[in-house]
Amino acid sequence: MNKKHLVLVVIGFAIIGVGIGFLATDIAIKKNEQKNPFFHAVEIGELEDDPAVWGKNFPLQYDSYSRTVDQVRTKHGGSESIPRMPSSADPRDFVSQDKLKEDPRLKVMWLGYAFSRDFREERGHAYMLEDQLFTGRQQVPQPGACLNCHASTYGTMMKLGNGDIQKGFEAMNKLPYHEAVKGVKHPVSCIDCHDSKSMSLRVTRPAFMEGIKKYKATLGVHNYDVNKTATRQEMRTFVCAQCHVEYYFKGDEKRLTFPWDKGIKGDEILKEYQENKHKDWIHAETKAMVLKAQHPEFEMFSQGVHAKSGVSCVDCHMPYQRVGAMKVTDHQARSPLLNINKSCQTCHHSPEAELLNKVETIQSRHLEMRDRALNALVEYIGDIKNALAKNADAEKIKKAQNLQREAQFLIDFVEAENSAGFHAPQEAARLMMQAMDKIREGQLLLRPALR
Amino acid sequence: MYKKIGILAILCSAFGLFIGLGSFTFIYGKGYSYLKDDPKACVNCHIMKDQYDSWSKSSHHAVATCNSCHTPENIYYKYFNKAENGFNHGWKFTTGKYKDPIRIRPHNFDIAVKSCLKCHGQLMNAGTHETQLLEGRSCVQCHRDVGHSH
Repeated sequence: MNKKHLVLVVIGFAIIGVGIGFLATDIAIKKNEQKNPFFHAVEIGELEDDPAVWGKNFPLQYDSYSRTVDQVRTKHGGSESIPRMPSSADPRDFVSQDKLKEDPRLKVMWLGYAFSRDFREERGHAYMLEDQLFTGRQQVPQPGACLNCHASTYGTMMKLGNGDIQKGFEAMNKLPYHEAVKGVKHPVSCIDCHDSKSMSLRVTRPAFMEGIKKYKATLGVHNYDVNKTATRQEMRTFVCAQCHVEYYFKGDEKRLTFPWDKGIKGDEILKEYQENKHKDWIHAETKAMVLKAQHPEFEMFSQGVHAKSGVSCVDCHMPYQRVGAMKVTDHQARSPLLNINKSCQTCHHSPEAELLNKVETIQSRHLEMRDRALNALVEYIGDIKNALAKNADAEKIKKAQNLQREAQFLIDFVEAENSAGFHAPQEAARLMMQAMDKIREGQLLLRPALR
Repeated sequence: MYKKIGILAILCSAFGLFIGLGSFTFIYGKGYSYLKDDPKACVNCHIMKDQYDSWSKSSHHAVATCNSCHTPENIYYKYFNKAENGFNHGWKFTTGKYKDPIRIRPHNFDIAVKSCLKCHGQLMNAGTHETQLLEGRSCVQCHRDVGHSH
């Protein structure tokens, strides 16, 4: 054996030895991690709204929670980071894309309302508070009720109500926004969904507690107390549904209310609005008493096949991830399309590309329908405007305005829902067909006047 | 003479260290358990816990272990396949670069599909399941949870 061979043999053994060494230490690390899944570093106060404090005990969850600053696009959704020149009124140097510019039809739908002034693609949880503080919609005075879902308000409400969350909730709703906002520091935080002692999931928003109670009553379940009755799997949807729902501010009290007296489907919600005559604003061109629908993800998702199969929001939007030997919930709530392996392949054993293609096909079909519905609505708004200019029969105009209110709400309900139809494609199509039928009825009504 | 002893010493220590570290890791990492058929070996590391848990509740847990379906019948081929997968698992789980939920490779999937026929081969000739049915399909496409979920 010459020297060269000897060196090669020793190097060979050394490389394999290094590999075995790595394997042994890796096994040791993971065996160790398995023994201690939790380190108690600090005491978390009952009203602690600072996520960084919770993060000392739960660094892995905090790490992924902090990543909601990421702005990533999917084919049909997601936000894009767009640089802007900061000003004293709006110090943000990055925002997301302007949806009013992308789709001017939205502006026509919302004419006369704050949404026609500024509406951008929603960004991740991390931005909820600053995006609300600096949106152009603040040119119109807003109530403290808005904060329910744009800040960590559990502590705020408890303090305002001297330990009574119900009272604190009522007090915060009534305050002017700029006064109420002084009482909050963080966007949605750990305490909004978790109990600080047991870490179990907990609903903290009185509006949801009341809303789900009303909805359960329509199903024959009376005096439903969500925090006592809901299963863990249900809670994995309900904590999200505290905010990802359609709502309105009731009366001068500005009480945040979920319109679930008759059910949670789009047309059932519309029925409630038709009965209580609530209006969000008067349309600038048609003078119709119109409604704004807001992100009804929970309502729409509940109609889809995933909800019916017992899947929760968290299963897909915050799937389990493995960090070392530990299995933790990914707290970077985001589109499942950015994490198909963990979000979808737990149940669906098809290749990633195939799953992505299935979702995008559903979404593309949905958006084609939405486009047609929006075109019809914009045309119909034009028709009412013309009929008004021609001094058409007042009774007919009134009926036509009401049809606009109904059709517009249903289309907006589908449009405002963040899933491009995926949460419940057939339900979205059903609501849009109802809207198209109302527009058709209205156009027939106005036809003689427009001749 | 001294030169030869030197070379021998270097060789021996390199090889000895390799054997030593190797056997330590083999015992510490419960390497021996992989030579047997006990499904507990598959959850030595935590990656397959979901599969193991759901197997223990599945319709097949009384009659089939992991190895019944996931290893080839031929004994030499069986241990060769175990060694190959063992190396791959060690590599992937140490480097941390793998998909999780884990995805079965086509070659291992093939072994699993063929395993169904070890016991249910007769069924494929019966009227309800003609052999052609399996072309391009697998049993688990329809009978998904018979072995385990996930």
